[in-house]
Amino acid sequence: MFDNLSLLGLVPLLNLQLLIDGILIGSIFALAAYGLALVWGVMNIKNLAQGDFVIMGGYIAFTLSESPFNLHPILTIPFVFVLMFVFGWVLYITIIRRVIERDLFTSLLATFGLAIVIQQLINLAYGPDVQTVESGMAIREFFDGEITIADTKLVSFLLAMSMALLITVFMKKSRMGRAIRATSQNARAARIMGIDTDRVYAFTFSLNAGICGIAGVLISIIWVIQPFFGMTHSIRSFVIVTSAGFGNLIGVILSALGLGAVEQFSGFILGAEFQQATVVGLLVGVLIIRQIIQGRQRQVVK
Amino acid sequence: MNLKLKKILFYGGILLVGIFAPVVFPAYTFQLAILWLMILFALTWDILGGQMGYNSLGNILFFGAGMYVCVVVQIGMYYDVAEYTAHFGAVKIDYTPYQYFSGLALGLVLAALFSLVLAVIFGWIVFGLRGPYFAIGTLGVAIAAGELVGTWDYVGGGGGITVPMYPGDPDDRAVFFYSLSFVSAVSTFIFLKWLYSTRFQLAINAIRDDEEKAEAMGIHTNRYKTIAWSFAAFFLGISGGIFGNMTGFIEPLEVAFPTVTFGIFMVLMVLLGGKGTLWGPVIGAVLFHLIKEITWTYLLGWQWVALGSLIIINVVFFQQGIMGWVMEKWPDLFGIKVDEDVVSAKGTNSVNNKVVS
Repeated sequence: MFDNLSLLGLVPLLNLQLLIDGILIGSIFALAAYGLALVWGVMNIKNLAQGDFVIMGGYIAFTLSESPFNLHPILTIPFVFVLMFVFGWVLYITIIRRVIERDLFTSLLATFGLAIVIQQLINLAYGPDVQTVESGMAIREFFDGEITIADTKLVSFLLAMSMALLITVFMKKSRMGRAIRATSQNARAARIMGIDTDRVYAFTFSLNAGICGIAGVLISIIWVIQPFFGMTHSIRSFVIVTSAGFGNLIGVILSALGLGAVEQFSGFILGAEFQQATVVGLLVGVLIIRQIIQGRQRQVVK
Repeated sequence: MNLKLKKILFYGGILLVGIFAPVVFPAYTFQLAILWLMILFALTWDILGGQMGYNSLGNILFFGAGMYVCVVVQIGMYYDVAEYTAHFGAVKIDYTPYQYFSGLALGLVLAALFSLVLAVIFGWIVFGLRGPYFAIGTLGVAIAAGELVGTWDYVGGGGGITVPMYPGDPDDRAVFFYSLSFVSAVSTFIFLKWLYSTRFQLAINAIRDDEEKAEAMGIHTNRYKTIAWSFAAFFLGISGGIFGNMTGFIEPLEVAFPTVTFGIFMVLMVLLGGKGTLWGPVIGAVLFHLIKEITWTYLLGWQWVALGSLIIINVVFFQQGIMGWVMEKWPDLFGIKVDEDVVSAKGTNSVNNKVVS
């Protein structure tokens, strides 16, 4: 079981390889996690369907690239974003609007039901097989092939980071971005100032769905998608947000990159069957650490 | 006096239905046994979710733990567990009836006790969390437990364990496990009915309404929370042992720690029937089981979509549940009942505050 651990000591470059892979994948986790932080911080909705939005985006990209148009997967990003945005808006009007004012558990359970519906519909449409989208990009080699970096991973890393930058600029500069931040600070005051909070909520939720869709496209290119992988992605987002807090994009990005790296290392050392256990274990660990920190100040994790 | 007679007739009627159901519908004995276990799930979930306001998504942890402990004890009493699991069911042990029943009895007792201890340990980990964090944290613990058991070769890993064969006629087996489920569900109900007539219920209701104030009033909240959780764990452990023996084969992800099936069903049943009442979970469980069996039979392939939609509709539009709705609709009728029937008064107090007034 720990044979691979000594291998890491013998071949130092392997550490670098795992680290790079982890960071490149972690950048995509950061996108989905930032979406969660957005809806959590602004609307107080804990979206357990987050990962299923990601998977859904991946399947839309898969369909578009397999369709007669034969789009390159990276070119599907705008379409996926728009489709997921509309999907998010519809969900907001039908379901989410009715649970915003309710207690916290309601949103959790409603989105859990949503997650089941989405993953089962995808399962009915595409079957339970693992899919990946072919992008036809090269793999770069360094140090005589000791370290390999797929171009797709590099491209998706750059795309994810530029998306994060775009979102930051949008939140800082645009009118809607300012309205979102105002609503998250104090919804009532924002309403008095003439902000249509209902529209802000709808926009925030749709934006989250769109961001998740983009993350899904990138995941489908560099990794695999499967109807039931959504739950793990949701838990990843929760790990990242609970450890970084919301409204803190840098924190989200850093802990997402860290999570990616930890997952790569544990996958290498413990084996692939521990992957989900690692993510879930990290979640429990983060919650325990936060409890201890809060407990010192005689507070609880709310 | 008349009312007392009515009550006796009512409870006696339910008991008679429970006892004679497998005689009348012998083909459905297993389904009915699962129905009783579902009632047990809903009742135990409601201790925390309804009465104490702690919405756990991970109660299934105790179900799985009880199942594994029970089966391992059953095997381990007369055989080497590691060797048995290494052969993935290729080894068949013929138990004499005495060996089988003594192993099962000890297994169920140990399963219950182990789950209770587990609840105390995990209570220490998760009870600093509130609201959504508690729900996510318990969900995480349950998923992690399933994953870890799946990698533990001593108990068969992901391949699972074949449960020892029942020494006797298959029809007897069905009736035997039916009666076990029936007895455990009924004793859970009786225990909770008693529990909700003591100060304990007032204390956990106080925790639900405002934990800080409850603590300020001198309630040892942590102690109460842990005890409430270990009650739930105790009965869930027993139900896990029974269910494992009933299915005849256990495996970590689908049978022992099914977070997305039984783990969510128990929440859904309580929400359907009405949180924080004694009868709500029972009604919800019966109704849910009916809906589930019908959709599973007639909506082949679409049953999960139907289930997810049911969750959403129930949570978004009908959160008060059936009991809550009845109370809202006919408060007078309920008011009369509350005066006479101590049990439902205890069970419905809290909901009344919110819904009626």
